[in-house]
Amino acid sequence: MHISLVAEKIFEIGSFTVTNSLLASVITSLLLILASVFINKALKKSPGKMQSVIEMIIDWLDELAQSVGGKDTRAFLPLVITFFIFILLSNWLGLLPGFGSIGLYEIEEGHKVFVPLFRGATADLNTTLALALVSVFSVQFYGISKNKLKYLTRFFNFGSPIMFFTGLLELISEFSKIISFSFRLFGNVFAGEVLIAVITSLIPVIVPLPFFGLEIFVGLIQALVFAMLTLVFINIGLQIHGGETHENVSHELAREEVEHGN
Amino acid sequence: MGTEEVRMLAMAIVMGVGTISPALGIGIMASKAMEAIGRNPEAASKIQTNMILAVAFTEAIAIYALVVALIIKFV
Repeated sequence: MHISLVAEKIFEIGSFTVTNSLLASVITSLLLILASVFINKALKKSPGKMQSVIEMIIDWLDELAQSVGGKDTRAFLPLVITFFIFILLSNWLGLLPGFGSIGLYEIEEGHKVFVPLFRGATADLNTTLALALVSVFSVQFYGISKNKLKYLTRFFNFGSPIMFFTGLLELISEFSKIISFSFRLFGNVFAGEVLIAVITSLIPVIVPLPFFGLEIFVGLIQALVFAMLTLVFINIGLQIHGGETHENVSHELAREEVEHGN
Repeated sequence: MGTEEVRMLAMAIVMGVGTISPALGIGIMASKAMEAIGRNPEAASKIQTNMILAVAFTEAIAIYALVVALIIKFV
């Protein structure tokens, strides 16, 4: 049974270490870039089968985002959807046969060690930490570009002692967001890999199948959760003052809908 | 007991104790969400997205326990 918490080194370019999960994430990026170029070229006014499916998915995500944050979400929806697609693809690529099973034997500290050539990109804390940093920084970026310097009152508010204290808590929670973002994704994906490795080593045929189904589901949910949380946090960052009225309006609408339904 | 035995025991305790509260939390949350959907089926999609978000937050605590256990085991 081969389980390693950290990604293994494949080769070095100068002092830059290329790990197997970096290789996988580069492949994921290449696939996404190629797909986006080809799909962009094949765009038509009257959609074919492929285009209809993609439009349906994007439409669904757009509706989901609008139900959370209203029309403002259009500005940063591309970022959120990119998070979703990248994480989804790298979660699912990590489940493919060949990931973790094709590799080389290397001599380390006197005995042979198996080093797989590929490892799911999100099964490495470095990748998820990078994603989390991008996510949290984009929250600050969109908050500042919308509210200018007023955004800083979220963290440093000298209006009253209570506001000052909650501002400090907000500041700390920004950092804990990085940790929870990265560890949630890493933990889920890595736990899935360990689970499948353990089950496969116990009974190698048929029995692991339902676990693969579970992992496909978990991969989808985690990608959705990462994207949704980014969306919600950016949305919170956008509404520093006067956000209450917006909130009230959406609540009002929801109430009307419910009453209408009844 | 040697170091290895203590590590194994620590890993088991971390997983066992650390998953109690997330399990209860997710159970309560799911039951409340089901109740809400039963009362108001039209709001099902809205409740679902909010529930998934809240479950992700709760589940994160179990994941922290898992990560600590894995670190104890493998590092």
